[in-house]
Amino acid sequence: MASELRIRVNEEMRTVTSAPDTPLLYVLSDELQLHGPRFGCGLAQCGACSVLVNGVEVRSCVTPVSAVAGKSVTTLEGLPAWYAMQKKLAHAPALHPVQQAIIDEQAIHCGFCFNGMIIKAAELLSKNARPTEAQIRSAMNGHLCRCGSYPRVLSAIQRASEMMAGRAEKHTTEVAR
Amino acid sequence: MSNVTAAAQLPRRDFLKAGGALVVGFSLGDVLAAQGPATVAARGMVAGPPDPKQIDTWLAVHADNTATVYIGYAEFGQGATTALLQVAAEELDLDMSQVSSVGLDTNVTPNQGGTYSSASIHRGSPQIRTAAAEARLALLQLASKELDAPVERLVVSKGVVTVAGGTEKSVTYGALVGDKPFNVSFTGKAPVKDPSQYKVAGTKAPRKDIPAKASGTHTYLQHVRLPGMLHGRVVRPRGQGAYGDGAKVLSLDESSIRDIPGARVVRRGDFVGVVAEREWDAVRAAQQLKVTWDAKPTLPGSDRLYEVMRAEKTNDKVLLERGDTAGAFNGAAHVASQTCLGPYQSHACFAPNGALADVKADSALIACSTQDCYTLRGTLARMLGLPAEKVRVQYYESSGTYGHSSHDDAAQAAALMSQLAGKPVRLQFMRWDEHGWDNYGPAHIGEARAAADASGKIVAYQYDGWQHNWCAVETSAQLALGIPASLWRGSMAQQVSPLTCGGQYEIANLRLVNHEISGLGYLKGAWLRSPLDLSFAFASEQAIDQLAYLVGMDPYEFRQRNMTDARWRGVLDAAAQAAQWKPRRAASSVSKSKVAQGRGIGLGTHLASYGGAVAEIEVNKETGQVAVKHLYGAIDAGFVVNPGIVENQISGQLVQTASRMLLEEVTFSNTNVTSLDWKSYPILRFEQSPKVTPVVVQRLDQRSTGAGEEVMAAAAVAIANAFFDATGVRMKQFPFTPARVRAALASA
Repeated sequence: MASELRIRVNEEMRTVTSAPDTPLLYVLSDELQLHGPRFGCGLAQCGACSVLVNGVEVRSCVTPVSAVAGKSVTTLEGLPAWYAMQKKLAHAPALHPVQQAIIDEQAIHCGFCFNGMIIKAAELLSKNARPTEAQIRSAMNGHLCRCGSYPRVLSAIQRASEMMAGRAEKHTTEVAR
Repeated sequence: MSNVTAAAQLPRRDFLKAGGALVVGFSLGDVLAAQGPATVAARGMVAGPPDPKQIDTWLAVHADNTATVYIGYAEFGQGATTALLQVAAEELDLDMSQVSSVGLDTNVTPNQGGTYSSASIHRGSPQIRTAAAEARLALLQLASKELDAPVERLVVSKGVVTVAGGTEKSVTYGALVGDKPFNVSFTGKAPVKDPSQYKVAGTKAPRKDIPAKASGTHTYLQHVRLPGMLHGRVVRPRGQGAYGDGAKVLSLDESSIRDIPGARVVRRGDFVGVVAEREWDAVRAAQQLKVTWDAKPTLPGSDRLYEVMRAEKTNDKVLLERGDTAGAFNGAAHVASQTCLGPYQSHACFAPNGALADVKADSALIACSTQDCYTLRGTLARMLGLPAEKVRVQYYESSGTYGHSSHDDAAQAAALMSQLAGKPVRLQFMRWDEHGWDNYGPAHIGEARAAADASGKIVAYQYDGWQHNWCAVETSAQLALGIPASLWRGSMAQQVSPLTCGGQYEIANLRLVNHEISGLGYLKGAWLRSPLDLSFAFASEQAIDQLAYLVGMDPYEFRQRNMTDARWRGVLDAAAQAAQWKPRRAASSVSKSKVAQGRGIGLGTHLASYGGAVAEIEVNKETGQVAVKHLYGAIDAGFVVNPGIVENQISGQLVQTASRMLLEEVTFSNTNVTSLDWKSYPILRFEQSPKVTPVVVQRLDQRSTGAGEEVMAAAAVAIANAFFDATGVRMKQFPFTPARVRAALASA
């Protein structure tokens, strides 16, 4: 094998052998067999391939794998654990609140864009726990959906924001005790 | 590759639990077996379709008191599978946690025909319902012996059979047949429940597929892998040329990819692809390979599209004629006419299509996202030179397709590449392949005329529609085998619709004329969600709206006055009530300010069901920007099995319609399509999304019909009528781009 790179994905160090200029997406989906990030355009136009790099949403289809060396990559699969770390929870929940809210709202049609929708919404709520409707629309504007799920995604993000507020309060109380 | 080896050593079921249905170290057939119970694996050995006259074809009851329902319709992300499982659970007296389905597979699932025309519930639910009822009857006959009581006295709850008012004895379905075949003929005569008794059907059961899609464990086609496979990409001109021309290779320089050692060219005729062990090598090689194509300047170009279309020869056919239309127009007090220029639009699948093929000397396995596994099996068999029963086609979900996008072309391409490479090949179209080589929804020219008497009664109506037909040959077969382009005929959806074009109203004198444009069409054409209906409604329901205006009436009241059909009236009223419609004449309060508000109403449908919609929009008269603020959509699809799913379908249709009316248009030069990505073919974004209010008109006493595309025509023209209300100007062409809007306002 030619090159070897060590990258941190969902808090695990992984050795990958793809050439350094390979877009991160192909490393995640082919070498690491993750289902979250997926190919939509290869042009950073749609958001299907989104992952978090050090907590910031990036398009893995145009990010060379070498660019994430020394950084922490979180995919849809790692989102509950990432959330638990952020919120300093003892245990990772089964689902990130955004994922749960997506189910509660039955927001999905085909679901292919929801990797990016959920990643971006999680990023938004990590920076702004109570976004306005306009702030949600603006943050999500780079994520396309062909099925027209935007109205229910909007509702789901609002619901997740409320769920997280509830969880955060409970957590604060526990710490105070 | 070390992690792959480790994964392959895990026990199969554990591995599948750990990573979904990733295929490592065993075949697709094994994966299917691992997904389902033992009976599925046994079925998978024999080429289908299984005998539809046997209950075992449709259902299996397992020892754990659950049931597998073998559904012949594909899940395209619209929730039909959950609804069909509700139908089965209802007749079997099981709850939703006890029923599941398996993926479509020509060795496993029945042939219920293709998944199009919103057919899953319309045609599929009666079949699933009667099969489940027949299975229930067979189970009760077994239980009757076991419990020593007549069938009539047996009651079932969650698959547990007891005797009414009797002893505490009970027996479960699982204990009665547990994974053994029924061996019972499907007579279709077992009694089905009266809808008034429904407990599961008719409820908003949550969709079965959503949790895995939200958590990231769902297996899409794009996740399926085979050991030893290569990654493939097609190499084609950027953007298709004229359908009849295909694409001709003038020269190909294999040395141009010499610096990518893992990649090689596969070619048959004018079909060119590259394969490589690593996906990135295939991507780079496809971009880098030097091919000179014979670019023929035979397209009209999108700027001259309608001008050229109008000059073409046509095959004219009067589809419907009653009364004396010409005479009625002559004597009428008010006459309105309206043009529609509707563009080629793309399916623009969010996930570019792909397929995985393993073609051997004597057999082939193809995993793909086709709408019709069995028809595709025949096509692939002929292409590969194999008997149909040696070809196995499996369906995996990709993104929503909303019609005949390039999924079959992708399946053909993967099969060709695997045959040429002698290895399994996973083909993935790139974004420009998908946008540029789609089978587009054809362009349409419509001329609607309608007349009313002085009292506001519609007395005459005529619709003339011009469009090309659909293509019958996919690009891969055309290029590889030199199969000449030809047309696909035979669907009602290819010609002027008697439902959307005046069929909503009582009109004594009516004439519908279809003008099929001769020739193969400029671009490849096929069905796109609610085929042609947006265009039909755009002309027809603007003409009706204009008549209301000329008569001096509110457009909702004018429509009410001219209709008697309770179901059309039902969706019209439902949409108007949801929008809290207040009567006034359209364009009676046109704002002088820069941004004008308008509201519009419309009716339309696809091949069955009924759709009504109201739109509220804003028009910026300086910039020409149109914003759709709120859409209200009502569907009457007879008995709605899952109103929650249909509400979501209505919401999606409303948003997609706003996208198609404001933004979507395939552009092309004289040689090729030029809208090749999301910048050159934009769709509606989050910030532009309207609020939506979906309304399901539930009809317990009516047969279920489709609900996946039936409110788009109504919503499309509601937007157009709202534009008139806001500005006093009728748009003749969509999409409503800022330049087009500014031009229309300036020339008014």
